[in-house]
Amino acid sequence: MKERLEKAGFAVLTLFVVCLSLLPFLWFLDTSLKTRIDITAIPPAIVPSGSFHFYESAIENYNLLHFVKNSMIVAGASTLITILLSVFAGYALARLRMKYKGIIMGSFLLVSMFPQISIAGPVWKILQSFGWLNTYQGLVLPYVTLTLPLGIWITASFFRELPGELEDAAKIDGCGHVQTLFKVIIPLAAPGVFTAALLVFIYAWNEFFFALLIMTEKSYQTLPVGIALFQGQYTMPWGEIAAASTVATVPLVLLVFLFQRRIVRGLSAGAIKG
Amino acid sequence: MAGLKIENLTKTFGGRKVIDHVSFEVYEGEFCILLGPSGCGKSTVLRLIAGLERQDGGGVYIGDREVSGLTPKERDIAMVFQSYALYPHLNVYENIAFPLKIRKMSRREIEKKVQAAAGLLGIDTMLRRKPKELSGGQRQRVAIGRAIVREPRLFLFDEPLSNLDAKLRSSMRVELAGLHKKLGITTIYVTHDQIEAMTLGQKIVVIDRGVIQQIGTPREVYDKPANLFTASFIGMPSINLIEGRLVKKGEEILFRSDDLEIPVARRDFERYVGGDVTSGIRPESLGPGEGPLAGRLEHIEHLGSETILYVKSGNMRITAKAGADFGGKVGEDISLSVNTMDIHFFLDGKRLDVARGAENDRGARTV
Repeated sequence: MKERLEKAGFAVLTLFVVCLSLLPFLWFLDTSLKTRIDITAIPPAIVPSGSFHFYESAIENYNLLHFVKNSMIVAGASTLITILLSVFAGYALARLRMKYKGIIMGSFLLVSMFPQISIAGPVWKILQSFGWLNTYQGLVLPYVTLTLPLGIWITASFFRELPGELEDAAKIDGCGHVQTLFKVIIPLAAPGVFTAALLVFIYAWNEFFFALLIMTEKSYQTLPVGIALFQGQYTMPWGEIAAASTVATVPLVLLVFLFQRRIVRGLSAGAIKG
Repeated sequence: MAGLKIENLTKTFGGRKVIDHVSFEVYEGEFCILLGPSGCGKSTVLRLIAGLERQDGGGVYIGDREVSGLTPKERDIAMVFQSYALYPHLNVYENIAFPLKIRKMSRREIEKKVQAAAGLLGIDTMLRRKPKELSGGQRQRVAIGRAIVREPRLFLFDEPLSNLDAKLRSSMRVELAGLHKKLGITTIYVTHDQIEAMTLGQKIVVIDRGVIQQIGTPREVYDKPANLFTASFIGMPSINLIEGRLVKKGEEILFRSDDLEIPVARRDFERYVGGDVTSGIRPESLGPGEGPLAGRLEHIEHLGSETILYVKSGNMRITAKAGADFGGKVGEDISLSVNTMDIHFFLDGKRLDVARGAENDRGARTV
């Protein structure tokens, strides 16, 4: 009886926390499906009328798809580059014999802890001297720099978990370092690589501050900045913002669900004894 | 296929010498065992041969070629690991085919070779399975399959049977011996198990603390242990070691320890008289009967085919062997006969009748 009560209590608590964190999302999902009249209704209408008006408006009047495209390009490129660099660096730091590993890993961590505002000025200066303000690479470069420590830490810790004899076996079987990495290490550490990729993607997708600073031209702005600038001096297009926010959230949710199994699955089972 | 020669191999890990001037030679087609307790450096020797570690000094030669600076790939060797080290994301077929694929062999040739290797090892019905769906013995076969499929110049085994249960281990032992006979590939096999060493090896290299203690055939290592380490490491139950002194009584040379006196059947030991020596007597050289050793039976183990006797004599504990029909009881007094021809004598830890020069010729160094 006591056990049951405990279970029930746990379930209720979990449900409560989940609702609490989902509430904002559910609210703007709800809002995005309302009509312009529903939004301002008092008392607020809970059940939306199911109109896609705001989605159409966001796409037509506010160029939503353009922002989606920019975000895709920037986040996608940042993720690809970061992960590629991370697996090489992570492998080297996890496996190769080299001096000062601890210091190197530590300084990565240190770099990732700088408050963004403290590096904003120099970053802007550097990008300006490259002529990279208002370019995709102008945003990809700082994103890669900022997410690389995370990527390296995650991949390195996953690589370190793999049994060393597998790598020895690959070398005996004729693999060089790069072949060992791509044919044995990465397939086995796939959950780690996917986790890192997902986190980097989410970071780049959500990042607001640098995007606002570097992309001053509308044609290069990413979703968070674009949505924030929906509101004009005298207008507050609440419905369109809600619709755009939903559109911005869905890809992330899909990605997580898609890769969840890969992330959870322990691929290295059966590698060695036991 | 080729022979292997190792010269003055030395390796230091963090200031500690784990391999100290190790030299030995393995002839083409020979089955050589590196035997020693865990942590003695035998696996490091194997990894140095494989090229997985780089030595601090000395050289490795496969065939006539020095391979000391080469990568494992360039050395063209195959290795079976203690943990099997199968690639868990690949099925059995892909695991065995892996070294061939890396070498860019044609698909048809790979197919042919993998089938042949799998057939030889009796795993051809499970080629589509993943390693995690296999038993320990099957995994070990796959690991061996991956090693033999490309016909390497050298075959390295790193304690391949130590993760298997006792019954499987003895059947795999027989199979490995058969496989070596069939393929004739020069094999270096690391183990701490003296039964594996005695049954599989044509040559045994005994290693302790990074130094070679003795090199010889299984018989030589057992019958003529070069030093106290080899004497006590090899043999189950282990050899009885008694400290004492060689004395002369009339014309006869005697080994004396407290009130124990055993005649020494060797005239050439004259020059050692007066020296402190250790005598080593294997349990099978001791048995119930009239003899110089007497004591009380402390414990008896009936093994079915024979009986092991644990005897307390003075303050020494002696192990002896008796036949299956031994009828004595614990607590009884017993006298033991000694086969005096089979007693080993050691002075300063080294076997007395080993001529020093011959020892060095074989490349052995004793501590």
